[in-house]
Amino acid sequence: MIRFRVRFDKHGKIRFTSHRDMARIWERAIRRVGLPVAYTEGFTPRPRISFGLALPTGYASDGEYLDIGMDESVVGADGTVSGTGVASETSIDLIQMKEQLSRALPVGMNVQAIEMIEGRPGSLQEEVVICTWRFEIRELGDIEARGAVADVLAADRLMVTRQRKGRETTEDIRPAVLSLAVKGKGDTGVILEADLAAKPRLVRPSELMAFLAPDHELGPVTRTHQWIEQDGAPREPIPGPATPAPRAQRRAS
Amino acid sequence: MNSLWSRLEPLLPRVQKPARYIGCEDGAQQPEHGPGKVAWLLAYPDTYEVGLPNQGLQILYEIINERDDAVAERAYLPWTDLIAEMRRVGLPLFSVDNHLAASAFDIVAFNLSSELVYTNVLESLDLAGVPLRSENRDERHPVVGAGGHAVFNPEPMADFIDFFVIGDGEEVVAEITEVVGEWLRIGRPTGSRHEMLRRLACVPGVYVPAMYDVEYDGADLVGVYPRYPEIPEVVEKRTVADLADWPYPRNQLVPMTEVVHDRLNVEVFRGCTRGCRFCQAGMITRPVRERPLDQVRTMVSEGLARTGYDEVALTSLSTADFSGIEDVVGGTIDDPLNCGRVTISLPSLRVDAFTVGLAAKIGSARRTGLTFAPEAGTWRMRQIINKMITEEDLLATVESAYASGWSRMKLYFLTGLPSEMDEDTEGIAELARRVVQIGLEHTRKASVTVSLGGFVPKAHTPFQWFGQNGPEELQRKINLARNVVRGEKRVKIKWHDPHASLAEGITSRGDRRLGAVIERVWRAGGVFQEWSEHFDIRFWQDAMEAEGLSIDWYVTRHREETEVLPWDHIGAGLHRDFLWQDWTDALAGFGVPDCRWTPCYDCGACTEFGIEHIVASPVPPAGGSQGTGQGIPGIDAVPVSIGRPEGGFR
Ligand code: SF4
Repeated sequence: MIRFRVRFDKHGKIRFTSHRDMARIWERAIRRVGLPVAYTEGFTPRPRISFGLALPTGYASDGEYLDIGMDESVVGADGTVSGTGVASETSIDLIQMKEQLSRALPVGMNVQAIEMIEGRPGSLQEEVVICTWRFEIRELGDIEARGAVADVLAADRLMVTRQRKGRETTEDIRPAVLSLAVKGKGDTGVILEADLAAKPRLVRPSELMAFLAPDHELGPVTRTHQWIEQDGAPREPIPGPATPAPRAQRRAS
Repeated sequence: MNSLWSRLEPLLPRVQKPARYIGCEDGAQQPEHGPGKVAWLLAYPDTYEVGLPNQGLQILYEIINERDDAVAERAYLPWTDLIAEMRRVGLPLFSVDNHLAASAFDIVAFNLSSELVYTNVLESLDLAGVPLRSENRDERHPVVGAGGHAVFNPEPMADFIDFFVIGDGEEVVAEITEVVGEWLRIGRPTGSRHEMLRRLACVPGVYVPAMYDVEYDGADLVGVYPRYPEIPEVVEKRTVADLADWPYPRNQLVPMTEVVHDRLNVEVFRGCTRGCRFCQAGMITRPVRERPLDQVRTMVSEGLARTGYDEVALTSLSTADFSGIEDVVGGTIDDPLNCGRVTISLPSLRVDAFTVGLAAKIGSARRTGLTFAPEAGTWRMRQIINKMITEEDLLATVESAYASGWSRMKLYFLTGLPSEMDEDTEGIAELARRVVQIGLEHTRKASVTVSLGGFVPKAHTPFQWFGQNGPEELQRKINLARNVVRGEKRVKIKWHDPHASLAEGITSRGDRRLGAVIERVWRAGGVFQEWSEHFDIRFWQDAMEAEGLSIDWYVTRHREETEVLPWDHIGAGLHRDFLWQDWTDALAGFGVPDCRWTPCYDCGACTEFGIEHIVASPVPPAGGSQGTGQGIPGIDAVPVSIGRPEGGFR
């Protein structure tokens, strides 16, 4: 089986769809384009599509990923796929695939790049170690924000309580905060940017709110980057239009 | 008109399933409003998940938006968490297309598919900032309409709705648009609303309650009379003569989030003449109008390609009756473009061998559960409701289903039917037990789920005179059936809340006095009454008591032949004497065959309107006794009466 890795974004109204909704949206888009996707075996064959780390409902993203599996027999060496489309005999290259999928997706979702990936890649869910987030805090001033950021970074511990499998657990998310900084003024308040660990679990910007500004509301959130580790350095699974140079992975201080 | 999106957006992170409020469906339109265009808001008084797939609403959405003189958007009732947020910040009910305020539309039209959503209509109007009662609206407010099956008895909602559309809506929306459009053109002068409604009341199929006076004699209804000479005494339903002229929806909406019936839906015919006496849908949608086979094929293949769905439902009241059913099923399964990955669902299947064969063809991989609706547990009872399936046919059907690899059967029954005796109720559970026994001969996993609904008599059916069973009697019957199979793991009985049947019964045959009751229920907080977590019978009991109305009088009392019924001024095409005859035939245990394949018995549905059945096949579908008289011993010629109460034949 050959895998294609797709990078896409998610902005606007459509960001209120859930991770489950995204699976259905993609399955339909792939059928509409007529991509000859591989299916699982068994009584209820499912298309071989695997998604990256779930994006919380309501958050936008500049870079989401999914892998599409296709049978070797339909894929050429250059990534050209044959047997697509309603005529069952057309073949498309990666550029066309990108355009046709974008057209089949709802407004607010666009395919940015598709790559054919070699060998047996690890699953996106396991490999992404860090996410970069840009988020706004409504009605918070710049000076208070800077003070709050400094306090968070200076804290030894940031204890949060969550429901896990019906039980309350308490954990320290300070180690997951790899960087945090004020980035300017947005439409609804101050803009912050943070690198948050995605392992052992995805820490979300909303979890920082209790420490940053407990009396304020979280405004729009965008996942700007997802990082996997390669040869000790972070890189994006597929570089996007605004990928910064790889940064050193170290604990912010 | 301004989009409310920027005010809605900050609320969405606080509520469950926010994708219900974004619109963005594939096939959704962003119509451009403007002077000279009548703006319709098609409102569904239930959640997005339930309302989005509604085909009636989607059909009108397309038809109106194709016009030069009108636009249409859609609205659904937000769930309680968002309603609370909206009330907190003063955000009104909005359309999901352009996110416009509901009150900015010229017409707000509700789809009423069942009675328990009535209080949701009040909630929607209140959220929209539109006065609840028709009499309190003036030229500044939208015209409020309603259609759907429940409006065949419009009286309980008459205080709140300016106009009702009785029957098929495809054609009549044009005429309503013209009347309202003219009113907009003259600038809606002060005091002109009544005149516009009076004009609307002259459109065939449109009922405007304000144009009628109701007369009572004590508790009894004397009549509902037109107030002006040009207003019709009886509003006859509209019927689309040929579905071939209406290949809608052409662009079925594909939602971005999970909804019920999330699949392509293609309506293969409208109407049903099987003649089940409890079934309002079958009675009020006569005659049968089939869609041409070629059109069905095109709608299926184009619909699948456009939407990307991998499932298509062929919808109707009894899809196995469609003349071209095997062609469509076979064609879709074998279509190379579908790569064998398209599932077909056939809702509302008959109980017969043909159906099992059909099901075997479509569900090759997923052979888990199969659903049938025998509706009653004994042959005697099935004769009374005119669901003429013999015990032999029924058992042979499940036998072949188990033999074909299915292991779970789901059987739908009604209890509280006319003249039902305890043997009949227990017969439901006994039948289920026999079905499991047959199943065990084929698979160790055999099981049966019985779904037991409390029967609620509906307007324009032969059972409209029947006194409904009260909740205690329904519960007693449910317990009877449960006792029969107590301790048997393989038979599971699920039942509908008898109190919900009571509330449905209050409204289903109510008169105009029910308006005050519905308003009281809503004011007490009774919304989403069709959702068990929000339903509470005390809302209804308290409201009836406060209005001095007797629940027994409205629900459990048998009606007399001469009694004026609250919907007598609404014409569903069925002669009243036909219905009464069918009611007395029922009590005598006489069945009535299906007039698609046997002589017309003049119920009125065709004869009154100068239309007729459109059915491609002159012979009934093979393999079933139900309603066709086939396979019933001693009955070859299919006489009008095919059985005697004691099960003997003449
Ligand atoms: S008028 Fe005759 S043919 Fe038409 S639905 Fe009634 S009985 Fe059947």
